[in-house]
Amino acid sequence: MNLTLTVNGEKRTVEVEDRTLLVHLLRDTLGLTATNIGCDTTSCGACTVLVDDDSVKSCTVLAASVADREVTTLEGLATGDDWHPVQKAFRDHHGLQCGFCTPGMVLAAVSLLKENPNPTREQVRAGLEGNLCRCTGYHNIVSAVVAAAEADK
Amino acid sequence: MIPAPFDYVRADDAAAALAALAEHGDEAKLMAGGQSLLPLMKLRLAMPTVVVDVSRARDLAGVRRDGDAVVIGALTRHCDVATDEVLGSELPMLAHVASLVGDPQVRHRGTIGGSVAHADPSADLPTALLALGASYVVRGPGGDREVAAEEFATGFLETVLEPDEMLTEIRVPTGVTGWGYEKFTRRAIDWATVAVAVARRDGETKVALANMGPTVLRAQAVEAALAGGAGGRDAAAYADEGTSPGNDVTASSDYRRHLARVLTQRALDAL
Repeated sequence: MNLTLTVNGEKRTVEVEDRTLLVHLLRDTLGLTATNIGCDTTSCGACTVLVDDDSVKSCTVLAASVADREVTTLEGLATGDDWHPVQKAFRDHHGLQCGFCTPGMVLAAVSLLKENPNPTREQVRAGLEGNLCRCTGYHNIVSAVVAAAEADK
Repeated sequence: MIPAPFDYVRADDAAAALAALAEHGDEAKLMAGGQSLLPLMKLRLAMPTVVVDVSRARDLAGVRRDGDAVVIGALTRHCDVATDEVLGSELPMLAHVASLVGDPQVRHRGTIGGSVAHADPSADLPTALLALGASYVVRGPGGDREVAAEEFATGFLETVLEPDEMLTEIRVPTGVTGWGYEKFTRRAIDWATVAVAVARRDGETKVALANMGPTVLRAQAVEAALAGGAGGRDAAAYADEGTSPGNDVTASSDYRRHLARVLTQRALDAL
């Protein structure tokens, strides 16, 4: 099928199989490999991207379902060399170790802060329940998201 | 993992969806948010040859008051059910339960109608809707029919929906004077190991159980005990009566029976 959508602000038209999942469109067709495939079963959140500002797990969304919509991956978050506040906060607060979960974690955090710009630590933990990190123990991730909320005021 | 090949059809309103179902018959499968169907398709446990994507059927999304009921469009997403103002004031139980489904990403895609039509016995919203005495509006070539929540699921992932029919609306009577919802999971994002929903209206208490059999179930022995004047603690002892909970990697059937009794007592304590 012929599919048109906006990815990281750029209109793209691609030819894909009807059964193509959004994560494969992003990684394989468009070469945007920041989005990781972890569990491939809607559990780990490593494949999280934004569709019209809402976090979704791109391993469980058909590419066809986001035709004509706006998709944001980690590659589209920074403005030129100026990182997004959540990216900066993850760096400043050491909110990552191996980094595999980080693209999904950052985008889940961006979506969370859009819905709740001033979350408590508990609300951050609940809001990131769909993203697993096996390195950090989450403490610094929560600190990063809270700091990003502060920085955005 | 990728699904087996299929033809993708997008239906942006109920009429287009019914036309697609009429054309493709039982080869076709409706997809709402796809949060349950796509995982099954990736595992090749479901292999429809036509997928009819109704996720953008805007005429089937939204919440409205209708007399003594609230009507929820089948394509209303969990995140919208959780934050809807009408539901927040008229049926806060349903908004609360929607906020417990899966995780934020799942709630951004998944829909209440998709959850009901999928008929997973461990799903939160069908359990809450059963306790709330909801009914489901089903549209087919001959028009609309209304099915009581008790009669909708006929078996594991099976419902009264015919291949040429679709769920369009969920009607929930208001007037709830007390409610409780208790869900036990090993991890935050898991399906319920067991969940219990209770809702009181006009002095009558309905109790519904998730994952205690092939469909969501009413705990009729608990309801009868409560109607006969028993207290919550005594009534909750009957929570597993007449159930057939599964025995699997998450929990033994005996443990599920234990959970049903404990969670029922906690849910009744919240009334």
